[in-house]
Amino acid sequence: MKYLTEFSDPALAKRLLDDIHQAATRPWAIMEVCGGQTHSIIRHGLDQLLPAGIELIHGPGCPVCVTPLETIDKAHQIAARPDVIFCSFGDMLRVPGSDTDLFQVKSAGGDVRVVYSPMDALTIAQRNPSRPVVFFGIGFETTAPPNAMTVYQAKKLGIDNFSLLVSHVRVPPAIDAIMSSPTCRVQAFLAAGHVCTVMGTGEYPALAARHRVPIVVTGFEPLDILEGIRRTVRQLEAGRHEVENAYPRAVRNEGNPAALAMLRDVFEVVDRPWRGIGTIPGSGWRLSDEYREYDAEHRFAVADLRVSESDACRSGEVLQGLIKPHQCEAFGQQCTPRSPLGATMVSSEGACAAYYLYRRLEVPAQAPRAQVTSVG
Amino acid sequence: MPLRDSPAIVMGHGGGGAMSAELVTHLFLPALAGQSPDALADSAVLDLGGQRIAFSTDSFVVKPLFFPGGDIGTLAVTGTVNDLAMSGATPCYLSAGFILEEGTDLGRIAAIAERLGAAARHAGVRVVTGDTKVVQAGHGDEVYINTAGIGLVPDGVDIRPGRAAPGDKIIVSGPIGLHGVAVMSVRDGLEFGAEIESDCAPLNDLVAAMLAVTPGLHVLRDPTRGGLGTSLNEIAAAARVGIEVTEQAVPVPEVVANACAFLGLDPMYVANEGKLVAFVAREDADAVLAAMRAHPLGAEAAVIGECVTSHPGMVVAKTALGGTRVIDLPIGEQLPRIC
Repeated sequence: MKYLTEFSDPALAKRLLDDIHQAATRPWAIMEVCGGQTHSIIRHGLDQLLPAGIELIHGPGCPVCVTPLETIDKAHQIAARPDVIFCSFGDMLRVPGSDTDLFQVKSAGGDVRVVYSPMDALTIAQRNPSRPVVFFGIGFETTAPPNAMTVYQAKKLGIDNFSLLVSHVRVPPAIDAIMSSPTCRVQAFLAAGHVCTVMGTGEYPALAARHRVPIVVTGFEPLDILEGIRRTVRQLEAGRHEVENAYPRAVRNEGNPAALAMLRDVFEVVDRPWRGIGTIPGSGWRLSDEYREYDAEHRFAVADLRVSESDACRSGEVLQGLIKPHQCEAFGQQCTPRSPLGATMVSSEGACAAYYLYRRLEVPAQAPRAQVTSVG
Repeated sequence: MPLRDSPAIVMGHGGGGAMSAELVTHLFLPALAGQSPDALADSAVLDLGGQRIAFSTDSFVVKPLFFPGGDIGTLAVTGTVNDLAMSGATPCYLSAGFILEEGTDLGRIAAIAERLGAAARHAGVRVVTGDTKVVQAGHGDEVYINTAGIGLVPDGVDIRPGRAAPGDKIIVSGPIGLHGVAVMSVRDGLEFGAEIESDCAPLNDLVAAMLAVTPGLHVLRDPTRGGLGTSLNEIAAAARVGIEVTEQAVPVPEVVANACAFLGLDPMYVANEGKLVAFVAREDADAVLAAMRAHPLGAEAAVIGECVTSHPGMVVAKTALGGTRVIDLPIGEQLPRIC
């Protein structure tokens, strides 16, 4: 795999940057949807290399960040049950709920296990038939197919001690919600490349037309992101608002048909609350009727959840691109990756974490509080 | 609600990052009176009847016990030998304590003991005292090992984190990230399509070659748990200097870069067990680098950065594309039970 070096090549990056600098005659505000793209931009310093007028607004594409606090609290309650084996990707372990996190649940005796694939959780369920095994399935469309496949297999093989705690969200409704906000400054989108690997590009032309914004499907390596920005700026300068695929090595317009078929079978679309944003219609997936018995929320009656968000946390505004992380008063003060107030600071894809990890040097700790109104 | 203080030990406390440092600084150090300022250094340098002795201890809980390029026995020797060498000491004697779980196959213990002995001979040290304990099945994990070591510090050698100074060149002895990735590759379900071996090796001979060029080396550190990024941060904090790193100059093997990209890890934080980072006065850097490159364990040594007066305590990297990023202390652990 030479992608790491070839797609970070400084000489090629310079050529793309020169093109962008030449093409941009006015300021433009572009939103990159995916948290992975945000991290790549901040980590490689791409935003520092763009023309001064090009602003990158960081979008809500961090699935950990937008998972409702109530869902995280439910996860903690389920994981704390003495019989349950609770499986999760590693990055969920430090995400704070109302009063604990999975690391502390584990430390207090909960059987919390890090897995690299939901199928590993299914294997654990097969090996421990007398114990309920739960996989915490959060994510955008990208991680939904493996979760769907796992539930499909569980049903097919009759592994009834397995269940999925689902919190899947979809990108296109989020773009719609962001563009419908009166305070929205976004003029174009870099669409999340790997979401489109699964879903294809079919949902974007209507969005581009309705909101008159270019939508360029973009990857994650530095050259991918610069190319996505380059194409976006060229469209903006020409007054076009079309859907383009700048990530053809991983994205086809029709997406992945096998994955799409699996998703249609296992999931159904629902309205879903996004932490910090509010409920976005049609923006989530839950298990369909045929698979409802594998839904952990259905299986575990988790009652009396008192959800308490920190008053100081402004992650919702960060997620909508209304403020930058350092414009939050708590940034770097009472909110750090070590003691996060919200998920945007602790998630590996959160914008606040990216700024704190990579940018503490230039970003002032105290910045004037930005007054904004939000979508939800 | 922010979760600053957990009431119990969590896995992050064992990661070698910020949480580990906090545990030592806020829980252990206050309880242990009369600490030297470099209590967080790899080994303690003590005056014992007019002789300067380096003294160090390390415990080994690596899982699995045998991994490509090494095993817990070999690691138990090289880990402590290297901690002593990082003070510039010539390692002389080790102790070895074993905590064995009831039911563990004796053949496995014998194999580990063999490797430990062989590693000691290879490093030129003698294991002169030890201890064994047995705990009931389920109360250990086959075997845990603790080694402690002593060595003599030559005259004129004063190597400790606080000595890093603006203008120092920072040299790493070779490619980073191999040990952590090697261990990961044999844990469940992770195959990287290439055989990756731990770089586990004793560094005392390499250090001796560097000291022969100049006894005035400022800092040596072997970046184990928490990786190179953690070591640089600890040294920057101890010496109150800023560090600037050129990312492209840090040697990372392709197989490590790929594995880390695949898993979302940063090679800067992946454990090494046969590498050192040296802070050297600018005027000595070329000669020290040449001596390292002439040694088998330093053949790919490279200057990766320097100490500066700006942003004291912070490590900043220039990215390949010309941007800048901070290399921070990791908070908990990237991977548990790595050494």
